[in-house]
Amino acid sequence: MSLLDVKNLDAFYGDFQALFGIDFNLNDGETVAIIGANGAGKSTFLRALTGLVSSTSENLAYQSNSIAGKAAADIVGLGLAMVPEGRRLFPSLSVEENLQMGAYLGRPGSWTLERIYELFPALKQRKDVPGTALSGGEQQMTAIGRALMSNPNVLLFDELSLGLAPMIIKGIYASLPAIKQDGVSLIVVEQDINQALQVADRVYCFQEGRVSLTGAPGELTREQIAGAYFGH
Amino acid sequence: MIEWANTIINGVLTGGLYAMFAAGLAIIFGVMRLVNIAHGDLIVLSAFVAMVVIETLGMNPFFSLLFVLPIMFVIGYALQRGILNYTLSDDLLPPLLVTFGISIILQNLLLEIFSADAQRLKAGEVETMSIELAKGLEIGVFPLIVFIVAVAMIWLVQMLFTGTKIGRAFRATSDDANTAQLMGINHKQIFALSMALSLVLVGIAGVFLGVRSNFDPSLGPSRLLFAFEAVIIGGLGSIWGTLAGGVILAVAQNIGAKIDPGWQILAGHVAFLVVLVFRPNGLFPRTRDD
Repeated sequence: MSLLDVKNLDAFYGDFQALFGIDFNLNDGETVAIIGANGAGKSTFLRALTGLVSSTSENLAYQSNSIAGKAAADIVGLGLAMVPEGRRLFPSLSVEENLQMGAYLGRPGSWTLERIYELFPALKQRKDVPGTALSGGEQQMTAIGRALMSNPNVLLFDELSLGLAPMIIKGIYASLPAIKQDGVSLIVVEQDINQALQVADRVYCFQEGRVSLTGAPGELTREQIAGAYFGH
Repeated sequence: MIEWANTIINGVLTGGLYAMFAAGLAIIFGVMRLVNIAHGDLIVLSAFVAMVVIETLGMNPFFSLLFVLPIMFVIGYALQRGILNYTLSDDLLPPLLVTFGISIILQNLLLEIFSADAQRLKAGEVETMSIELAKGLEIGVFPLIVFIVAVAMIWLVQMLFTGTKIGRAFRATSDDANTAQLMGINHKQIFALSMALSLVLVGIAGVFLGVRSNFDPSLGPSRLLFAFEAVIIGGLGSIWGTLAGGVILAVAQNIGAKIDPGWQILAGHVAFLVVLVFRPNGLFPRTRDD
């Protein structure tokens, strides 16, 4: 079943057009990776899905209901949560308070503080320190936990591994199966192509605001991906 | 010696009133980086609202709070939702100009309705009662009440901010309004609630101001200045800092007045400058990352 359906989406920052006619879909239970160079429009696409960037489209449907033009605060209530680029923890809130913010709307579901601490035991010891006092990896865990606390159906990761050490990235990716087991579908924006290809069921490659390639990782050749990524 | 003790103790108690002026200003600056130039005039407005309530219902100023505070809450919410939310952006100037305009409109409206006559809210005996701490050392019961109410008020605000869900939403929105939206927070609603809360504190300040001294429609800007100085001395974003700031400002004013009555206001400004020179971020600045 298709969870997210996007047809011909354009997005803008003021007068500047960042996305051109994006077609995209996400099926229930699927993990989709979006790869592409810096400035290709990957993050803008996630921000358009969550209502943070204004966009126009022929169709922008989540669970067959249109979410076009909806406010970001309403979209998260429908079950679309984002782990933003740079983590964006609230600096004046403790780790636990950051996690609690995720549950602000009280959407029903199985994610609780206890389960987040089970998934990321490192956070439990540090629950009372400010989010910004954590290491990069712990901050990313907190950001993921915070998004999970909203009990989403779809979790969007913006630059999941950016700025993190390889060991930490491995640990974070290792937590994804547990999240998927819960029936959460994932969209992962990632610059690390190998990492993305390993976890994804399907890949979209963005280039200069357009989808330049799409397919299952096994069906795509290195040359195809390199061409779609770098544009030659 | 006793005289100096008197001066300082009374200054501390007056600091409670200044903290009341300042707390509301600190909250809205903290939550949405809005500098409300009309803050002083809103304090005066609430004193006039109290006056009307007292004259209409024939009640004690303290009981009038039961009406004044909800009225100020509604005014604050409507002001933010109806006008100020449209002025907020990365640019600090538009809200500054709009609240400046509101300040002028309020002063003239109050002048039109209530005339320039000085008014006073009469609380009865409590105004003149005093407690003798030692021989020659007396403190007024009313200033003591003001101080205790100010401390209680600031403590409650602090509890609200640190211990409740809505308080967390205030702080999260203050940190990063965009990311707060991703949590499902309607930041415009949060801004309106913070202004409503600010004006509830303004309502308390207005009633106590009205009992303590005369007020008229032109008094707002000087109250704004005291509030502003108390906030800056205390450190931007710190609620308890407003109490420290209010106390320092009022003690300095009292010491100035003791040396020479003409120096009262000047001494407050000097204290403000001295703190700024040595602690440009105030005494208890909240550390921030942005």
